Amino acid sequence: MAHQSDLIAEDILGYLKSQEEKSLLRFITCGSVDDGKSTLIGRLLWDSKLIFEDQLAALESDSRKVGTQGGEIDFALLLDGLQAEREQGITIDVAYRFFSTDKRKFIVADTPGHEQYTRNMATGASTADVAVILIDARKGILTQTRRHSFITSLLGIKHVVLAVNKMDLIDYDRTKFDEIVAAYQEFAAQLNYSSITAIPLSALRGDNMIEASANTPWYSGPTLLAHLETVQVEQDAINKPFRLPVQWVNRPNLDFRGFSGTISSGRVKPGDEIVVTASGQTSKVKDIVTFDGNLEEAIAGQAITLTLEDEIDISRGDVLAPVEAKPDFADQFEARIIWMHEDHLLPGRPYIIKMGAQVTNAQISDLKYKVNVNTLEHVAGKTLELNEVGIANISTDKALAFDPYDDNRHSGRFIIIDRFTNATVGAGMVNHSLRRATNIKWQEMDINKQARAYQKGQKSVILWFTGLSGAGKSTVANLVEKKLHALGKHTYTLDGDNVRHGLNKDLGFTDADRVENIRRVGETAKLFVDAGVITLVSFISPFRSERQLARSLVGKDEFIEVFIDTPLEVCEQRDVKGLYKKARAGEIANFTGISSPYERPENAEIVVNTSDQSAEEAAEAIVAKLEEFGVLGAWYPEI
Amino acid sequence: MQPNLTHLRQLEAESIHIIREVAASFERPVMLYSIGKDSSVLLHLARKAFYPAPPPFPLMHVDTTWKFREMIEFRDRMAAEYGFDLIVHINQDGVERGIGPFTHGSSLHTDVMKTESLKQALNKYKFDAAFGGARRDEEKARAKERVFSFRTETHRWDPKNQRPELWDIYNARINKGESIRAFPISNWTELDIWQYIYLEQIPIVPLYYSAKRPVVERDGMLIMVDDDRMPLNPGEKPEMKSVRFRTLGCYPLTGAVESEAATLPDIIQEMLLTRSSERQGRMIDHDQAGSMEKKKQEGYF
Repeated sequence: MAHQSDLIAEDILGYLKSQEEKSLLRFITCGSVDDGKSTLIGRLLWDSKLIFEDQLAALESDSRKVGTQGGEIDFALLLDGLQAEREQGITIDVAYRFFSTDKRKFIVADTPGHEQYTRNMATGASTADVAVILIDARKGILTQTRRHSFITSLLGIKHVVLAVNKMDLIDYDRTKFDEIVAAYQEFAAQLNYSSITAIPLSALRGDNMIEASANTPWYSGPTLLAHLETVQVEQDAINKPFRLPVQWVNRPNLDFRGFSGTISSGRVKPGDEIVVTASGQTSKVKDIVTFDGNLEEAIAGQAITLTLEDEIDISRGDVLAPVEAKPDFADQFEARIIWMHEDHLLPGRPYIIKMGAQVTNAQISDLKYKVNVNTLEHVAGKTLELNEVGIANISTDKALAFDPYDDNRHSGRFIIIDRFTNATVGAGMVNHSLRRATNIKWQEMDINKQARAYQKGQKSVILWFTGLSGAGKSTVANLVEKKLHALGKHTYTLDGDNVRHGLNKDLGFTDADRVENIRRVGETAKLFVDAGVITLVSFISPFRSERQLARSLVGKDEFIEVFIDTPLEVCEQRDVKGLYKKARAGEIANFTGISSPYERPENAEIVVNTSDQSAEEAAEAIVAKLEEFGVLGAWYPEI
Repeated sequence: MQPNLTHLRQLEAESIHIIREVAASFERPVMLYSIGKDSSVLLHLARKAFYPAPPPFPLMHVDTTWKFREMIEFRDRMAAEYGFDLIVHINQDGVERGIGPFTHGSSLHTDVMKTESLKQALNKYKFDAAFGGARRDEEKARAKERVFSFRTETHRWDPKNQRPELWDIYNARINKGESIRAFPISNWTELDIWQYIYLEQIPIVPLYYSAKRPVVERDGMLIMVDDDRMPLNPGEKPEMKSVRFRTLGCYPLTGAVESEAATLPDIIQEMLLTRSSERQGRMIDHDQAGSMEKKKQEGYF
């Protein structure tokens, strides 16, 4: 059966030879808590003889203790890895299981079925070629069946097994089976599957798992294992255009310069002409270098090192491609996004995107709509919450090389990382690039920022005043501007309240609106800096990430954060605008310091405290600092 | 039709990809070298990943001072032969306190000489990424481990709060003091490892092959008398038996199996025909239910 025991015993060398040609299939099982998923996987492991006697002894004792099969072996207990989960009887994370038969080695991603863990299913589906979707024959298609199907198709899985389980509990009723299959096919027509194989099963009793069941004489299709052993997963990767994302530049000495990476699609031979997507430089492949000798050809999936005929500049993150079939290269694109973190996605907030070996800062510039994962309906929304899926436009700081995910599943996929917590907060798949990125070029002017600032005998910077309401930001900023004006400097102040009367009057005080508020102010300030002006911005700007966003818009030396560090008690005591009283009374929601956090700057360039120095003294201290930073001197352009 | 890559070539490529990704993403990676068969495979893969250059990181062995003598000989021979940069770290504090498995029990010994010692070494050299040879098929708690496994500043693993890991894209962002444990052979099984060793002719410690060795039977396990630090109980007399080891660790904690398997095909044959899992020979898993998971949370691999 699973392993050829006779061959192992009699001719181990023959057996080893036969195992060298085995292929590998990765699949995911999806089902809700009671569909019998763990039992199904447990039985596949069991039948492929991968359960050893000591594990069996543990399984028997566990089955008696916590089993749900009345003391009989509970296969499900083989799977749940973490102790706490075992006691609750649910799996809460992605676990990977391994078994093999003579034809194939299998890697199974086992993911939970209950509502709040969509992200785990997406994780498991990302590397799978086949999805086994479990259905309890008594219940038919449920909301979670639709959800699981949608998520697997979202991640590009093309082959689905509809495992109609617990057939024993409906007396192996063919009519019910056919009804379920018909209903599923109707639903799945809108998903992008290329094959759906429905199998009537009882994982518990073993019907149609490994061997054809006598209980379903009306079913003539393959058993589950037979299907998994033979299903042809996409050989497509090899037939797509060549892509080599460069992971590592291998340079042991001056005579060798190799570019290492895993071929994500296509094939390559020495002599092939390639182009570096970002720079457009071309060369020819000299050798395909590996530890086991140079290759005549390499295909998708191989981790290789290429040397080229010409010395051209290539570094980690570059994508090598054929000259005639380059990937897209853009800094704006539309993508579908799965959100995976408790902190909501906020359009405009800076995130990091990692796509293969390419890493860049990015923003979700526009969330077009959300998709209800249960009904597939489009819903309007400003943010994405944990386990939500949406379609969004993304803009990146530097252009990325990619193919639309639906064209090439090994390209155009990325993770989204929070810049401050470093958590992986989302995953995305590119739908298509946005052409406007390539059409709108930044207009280079002859008279530039340096020239304008030089004319005024200053260096143009943003002075970003942050602090609690009532801390004295506007007062101090006003005094600083007066002093600078007296020194003959060209200044302008963008005040939080004033801007909200005009440019930002359409924005409220939700987290999403606050981010947009900061973004607009930051962009405006950036234009002023370009105009050569010393730009004072006075904004509560409570979130570190939003201040970081503003900082990231301009050059490294062009952003000076001024933290007006006045204690909350002092601000509340002053309460110039009477806002604290209202906030305390609950009349203002999301009020910074009271009902919404203020994240103190950690590395502000300038810190002043207006509770132990006067506004005048604070302003003097700031101007002195500006002197020290070289902002007030004539600034010679580098050109 | 173009033949697909075989399962071993796919696993090999995936591991090389992970090893390169770690080398490219971290400032001070290190490869933990336990001298066992999985480590031998890991080292082989690292050599492949950067060929013709040597791996751009050192190897580190956390020596508990209770390893089999043949393991240490093998380690030093490999280092000399392949010319890799080897760091050996011993918890001197534990040595001074006289910690050992016979006097202090397996739990305390492992804790001080292995888990604590590893943390000491990682702190001492300020490594921000450490490769380990753990596989997901070894133990239930490991089935959920990530390939890039995040560790806090105190080297703790939080199984409830792992970063999702999609495709072959690994999140390498950490703050100062935090680190990543990277497991390039996560998706290999014990059988894959043996097949690969056979196919690639990778050298392994001779203890894996059967030979006549002096052993005593204790608590149902055959313990090899590797040196004279092993106290014999009244009536215990070492017997010469044909034994081998399916897993290697500290000799007092590692059970031998009776076997005649003296070649790689013999070993694979025996493995496929016997029915007890490889970690059974390790005492640390038997201490208490869920013990591996507890150890992992505390920083053990």
